[in-house]
Amino acid sequence: MNTDLIIPGRYLENYDPAHLASHAMEGARKEFAGQVRKGDIVVAGNNFGCGSSREQAVIALKAAGVSAVVAKSFARIFYRNAINLGLPAIVSKDAHVVFSDGDMVLLDSSLGLMRTEDDAKKSSIDRVPSHVEHILAAGGLVPFLKSKLRSEGTNRDV
Amino acid sequence: MAGRTAAEKIIGRAAGNQEAVAGDIVEAEPDLVMSHESTFLVNKSFREIGAGRPWDPEKIVVVLDHRTPANTLQTASVHARIRELVREYGIKRFYDAGEGICHQLLVEERLAKPGQLVLGADSHTPTAGAIGAFATGVGATEMAGIWATGKIWLKIPETVKVVLGNCLPLGSYPKDLALEIVRLLGPSGAEYKCLEMVGDALPGLLISSRMVLCNMSVEAGAKAAIVAPDTVTAQWYSGVVEGRLDMVRSDSDCAYESEMSIDLLKVPPMVSGPHRVELARPVGELEGKHIDQAFIGTCANGRLDDLAAAAGVLKNRKVFPGCRLIVAPASRKVMEEAIDRGFFQTILAAGGTMVPPGCGPCLGAHEGVLGPGETCISSSNRNFPGRMGSDEAEIYLASPATVAASAVEGAIADPRRYLG
Repeated sequence: MNTDLIIPGRYLENYDPAHLASHAMEGARKEFAGQVRKGDIVVAGNNFGCGSSREQAVIALKAAGVSAVVAKSFARIFYRNAINLGLPAIVSKDAHVVFSDGDMVLLDSSLGLMRTEDDAKKSSIDRVPSHVEHILAAGGLVPFLKSKLRSEGTNRDV
Repeated sequence: MAGRTAAEKIIGRAAGNQEAVAGDIVEAEPDLVMSHESTFLVNKSFREIGAGRPWDPEKIVVVLDHRTPANTLQTASVHARIRELVREYGIKRFYDAGEGICHQLLVEERLAKPGQLVLGADSHTPTAGAIGAFATGVGATEMAGIWATGKIWLKIPETVKVVLGNCLPLGSYPKDLALEIVRLLGPSGAEYKCLEMVGDALPGLLISSRMVLCNMSVEAGAKAAIVAPDTVTAQWYSGVVEGRLDMVRSDSDCAYESEMSIDLLKVPPMVSGPHRVELARPVGELEGKHIDQAFIGTCANGRLDDLAAAAGVLKNRKVFPGCRLIVAPASRKVMEEAIDRGFFQTILAAGGTMVPPGCGPCLGAHEGVLGPGETCISSSNRNFPGRMGSDEAEIYLASPATVAASAVEGAIADPRRYLG
């Protein structure tokens, strides 16, 4: 799943999250933007988000309501972008084969588990490294650094 | 202590940790950072962080290249804002629309140097590995974090040794070799890793050729690719950059994650596509496939030797009726030299269209957007659906010579018929 499928280059001039959200996943599934609801989880296979470094791929998914992406593996820039923008990117070896479209699932990062409510389907998820967890907990790199710089008093005012 | 890879040495030095090894997560200070139109988003996040001024404006390069000259009102406003903020922050190394593609300028202007840690807010930043830098791409918010703190966390990657032997046969070019490497590795075969090019082919590969290999490594998922600095590298900086260069090379007893070998003599002209870069095969398998557009340019293959190869094929020939040939030089310097050497005239006489230096049609922004059902052969690095416009268009990747030969025939063609 490359970034041209997540948000095609022709939509990148307009940085408005709502505009980007309305074209989320357009290259892969035209009806996605109309169907996705707040809290939805995208489940995928290998190398999710490969291709361009465009952060708009994460913005589009997040603004469309996606609350996490669970994939077998992530392309490294997409992974960093997701964390930096506060979108959990979670690695699971088999979630993409265990779950199917429309399943209602619970993600429990402390237990390292993704499961359906009735426990009929389960999949283990990788723990997030601690330095990444701090950034996610703050809501992304911007709020993380904002509070870090404030506490250190190291602002360099213009 | 065992020997260390160039990646370990460069990132370790930038992190103030000479013992760091692959797998370690370190906090490093980049020697050079670069962003293009992405600077708009970088600055937005940077302002939100509230750090005041960027940590070191001397280390920041800003290039406008993706939509140049501005293609829409929206882009024009973004460009205007970026011009304003580089003035405000005192960023002197600013390259306005028309100067060229960021990855080309980092090397051509000798902004990036051997042994440096280079971060760019663009996925093809590893191109600068050609001159022996460790260069990798990040997103805009990550770049904002670097502007604010001068630091970035990095995991030191494992290094894959890519042994290149012999030299390319007539009609095959570095692009064909790059496509072969991506075919062998697959789209994620080098994920999180650094590819290091070594072997007896290296002295024969110019900086421009090395740039193609490093650029395309991204399509195999590589975090970076690096060519150890040698006499070719030293020559590149000789008389242009004063002072000693940090010619960092891997130790002979360093630990490589794995090794692959390629006999360059066995690499034929390749064509990759549609839709996936790793779908690369010898040109013979796709010969005769109708094309509507042929595009030569980009950070992969828009340099002087690329335009020379194209002009060699196009000399005294015409682009096939109904087929469009678009050529975008990678920089102003490339354009000026291509004019001096007559390549422009040859391309124009053949019926080609020259567009200004920049990323041009590669990302489907302007200057050659593809319509539904159209097929394009391109010297660029990505052929994903929708990349150049319609997601119902097909894109094939090849060397500039193969693209030019295909433009002449209006169909995918073997460049070897047009040599000499």
